Amino acid sequence: MIRYSLSIAALFAAVLITLLAASCSRETVSVPLPKPTAVGAAIVESSGGNQIAQAGTALPQPLVVQVNDEQGTAVAGALVEFSAAPGVAFDPANGLTDSSGQLTTNVTLGGMSGRYQLTAFTTDKTRKKVTLKIEEIALGYQQTLGRQLNDQYCDRCHNPESTVERVSNFDNLEIKPHPFTEGDTLNKISDADLIAIISHGGPALNKSALMPAWGNTLSKSEIQGLISYIRAVSDRHNPNAGPVYAKN
Amino acid sequence: MKETVKSLWQTLFGDSVRGFGVVSLVFLASLAIAPAKNHFSEWRHYQHGYLKMIRNRSDAITLQRHFQGGIQQIWLPDLGVVDRCTSCHVGLKEASLTDVSTQPFRPHPVIPHKLDQFGCTVCHRGQGAATTVAEAHSSTLAWEQPILPAKYIESSCGECHRGPLAGALQLNQGRHLLSRYGCVHCHTVKSPNGSTMKATDHPPSLSHIADKTTREWIYAWLKDPQAYAATATMPNFKLSDDDARDISAFLIANSTAVPGNTATPAAKASADPAAGASLYGESFCASCHAVQNAAGNLVGGDVGPELTRVGSKVKPEWLQAWLHNPRAYDAETSMPHYRFSESQVARLSGFLLAKTDSDLLANVHLEAATPEQIAHGKRLVSDYGCASCHEIAGIKKPENFAPELSRIGSKPITQLVFLPGMQHTLPDYIATKIKQPRAFGQGLKMPQYSFTPAQTDSLATALLAFNDRAATLPPSLTVAAKSESDYQPAGKAGKLMTDLACFSCHRINGHGGEMAPDLTWEGSSVQRQWLVQFLKNPNTLRPALIRRMPRFNLTDAESNELADYMMTVYQNPAVDRDSMPLNGYPQGQVELGNQLFYGKYACQGCHIVDTKTDKGYIGPTLTQVGSRLTAAWIFQWMKNPQALRPGTVEPNRAMSDEDARALTAFLISQKGAGKSEVAKTKK
Repeated sequence: MIRYSLSIAALFAAVLITLLAASCSRETVSVPLPKPTAVGAAIVESSGGNQIAQAGTALPQPLVVQVNDEQGTAVAGALVEFSAAPGVAFDPANGLTDSSGQLTTNVTLGGMSGRYQLTAFTTDKTRKKVTLKIEEIALGYQQTLGRQLNDQYCDRCHNPESTVERVSNFDNLEIKPHPFTEGDTLNKISDADLIAIISHGGPALNKSALMPAWGNTLSKSEIQGLISYIRAVSDRHNPNAGPVYAKN
Repeated sequence: MKETVKSLWQTLFGDSVRGFGVVSLVFLASLAIAPAKNHFSEWRHYQHGYLKMIRNRSDAITLQRHFQGGIQQIWLPDLGVVDRCTSCHVGLKEASLTDVSTQPFRPHPVIPHKLDQFGCTVCHRGQGAATTVAEAHSSTLAWEQPILPAKYIESSCGECHRGPLAGALQLNQGRHLLSRYGCVHCHTVKSPNGSTMKATDHPPSLSHIADKTTREWIYAWLKDPQAYAATATMPNFKLSDDDARDISAFLIANSTAVPGNTATPAAKASADPAAGASLYGESFCASCHAVQNAAGNLVGGDVGPELTRVGSKVKPEWLQAWLHNPRAYDAETSMPHYRFSESQVARLSGFLLAKTDSDLLANVHLEAATPEQIAHGKRLVSDYGCASCHEIAGIKKPENFAPELSRIGSKPITQLVFLPGMQHTLPDYIATKIKQPRAFGQGLKMPQYSFTPAQTDSLATALLAFNDRAATLPPSLTVAAKSESDYQPAGKAGKLMTDLACFSCHRINGHGGEMAPDLTWEGSSVQRQWLVQFLKNPNTLRPALIRRMPRFNLTDAESNELADYMMTVYQNPAVDRDSMPLNGYPQGQVELGNQLFYGKYACQGCHIVDTKTDKGYIGPTLTQVGSRLTAAWIFQWMKNPQALRPGTVEPNRAMSDEDARALTAFLISQKGAGKSEVAKTKK
């Protein structure tokens, strides 16, 4: 008797498992990778790294990587694949390098703000993976707002690069302002201190009077937006004990 | 087999007591299904996961206190929102969870709205009342609206915010592109308040095209506009050789001459292009026109057309007539009437005509057009809706040439045709349609644009905002766009300002471009004598800028006329320019101002007073500011610059009257070297 019931139970279980398995496994259509006609030894970034874009949007410039051989000459027809955290889309996600050894892809960053690490890799002669890591920055709403203010006000002095379209006075200032990528300095300063410097000017924290007070021009939420932008673009740095005047 | 069933029956229902027991068990089990389903529901699973996650955190107590179990709901009758998303997305309001990156527990990024006031689906779409992930996020048979992909999220801002919105760059850009690339010439886009979106490009009239260019150029342009100029607004219609031949034949045959335009020019184009290069620079042509440099980069503005290959396009006599007075050929053009002399026209046209590209027309060989070809060309011009954008004599501008897009964001998926392999969602449809419009079927007319992926996304974002909800929102819930004013100055000076195209660069009373300073309060700001001199011969105010006021070669009468009008009409009621003198401030006050300038306010960071020591290249140079601005304007500017010119970079320093007066005294004493000469010639 028990043997029978056991076998029936086993039968039921088997049917259940097959049903479950069938419902879970989705048909995945995998597009075959293109066949490489050559292999390289190294992969380098040509352009498109370290861009800043709004979260969830396409980077303004495409990402271009190049595959080189041992001598450093470009290799055409090498297979390059891109990968990144889920949410990041590449168009195309893989491909063969063109006659100049380059592959261009359009990157759309994920929906959350932060730093995205993209990986491009190719295989060398020994079938070993050669990878290249590229970093891109995605900005949330508040940071985007800060970026707009940065472009309008701060960049005129804090940007070390002056272009004909947007002149920066960085080179002409006696006391150099900190570029906002300078995490070494900026991440040591607490939010409260940054707010004080922006609102009341450099002298508020024993810094240069060339930094004017913006507290009457920018609203509190605008200053908060600026700080979140600065935190997003400044190089990562573990905040060491610097001279902190006010804690957050 | 039979035996097995029989024995099973025996086992379960062998006697009545056992049978009763088994039936009771089955009954009990079926009763348990509903509570079990509830117990194993997805949201409960996520809530357990959340509690497990926060247990070991340092802020566990706070988080635990905020946590509420069970189905959560945001109910907003005004907006029609019943959102249960917070049942699974439990940590949305916990700012301290910023380090958490797993969904559904991430906190919501900072936005200007509160979750309790707007809910979730107002921005993210999807099905708010659903309590399972699949039903909430994906489209179902009963619910077509899936969750909006993050890259189009700003379209939801656009449902209520009808004008440009700070922080929503993509939406702003998308709307700008819809106007700038002429989408709205063919597609009508009506806003709920009844106004229609207007195009901001100015496609030229083709009624006199034969004056301007050759049939060969038209042919090459029609085949591939971007081959002539990478920045061309005109899209590629993918015309066959025959169609391009016939359209070019029709346009040339249909063209009539503009009187005066075909007259032989008095001077011949200068043979030395180098002579014109300096005039091109001095006239600041590059403020509006771009030219590709040797490195292949475009240098210059995008107000006017790119000039890299202009010599292969225009006829020399047309170019000379155009440089003499562009308004004779096109009364609406953004190009100023420069009042060039004959020799200047000769030099400049020589320079421009040398900008040729021998490849462009190398393979274009057209035989004389037959009447059949011309007739066919005319039919094609109607078929492709050329007159939607261009004025063409004898062809009426078609009404509603392409589908209206006022509610495109709510178009049902059942009405869409998808390409094989693409996702069946509306955003994907719109983006793909913009990317490859002709792929969706035979005989489609929408031309191929050359947008970047980012531009395509922003266009789709702007289009998704035109949906049923946006159209039916009560006006009290919307933020209307500031409508562009159609301000026009009056009288003789007004005519002069139109002729000089001042509004292509300057903004006055909410109308005009943004390349140059807003002139709404110019009459309160500057001294008349300076203005007259500046109009005649603009000197450099901001040495670091590449875009500057060009010299229009105005006569004395013209610059006086303009100055009188601006001094009288463009006055700010809060600035009485006669309330403070231009001279005679006590030396002590000037000295105090000097100290404030270099010390407390560190103005030298952006401005130059002493050319030997100061290096501030951001703001205007102030060496002659005492001969340029009125004292009352400087004083008010010190008090609150944004009140006089919203958005100016000059920070508001909340100065005391005393400081502002001292700085005014110091600045007004900066009369510059040229001052005494100006004064002498006037007296």
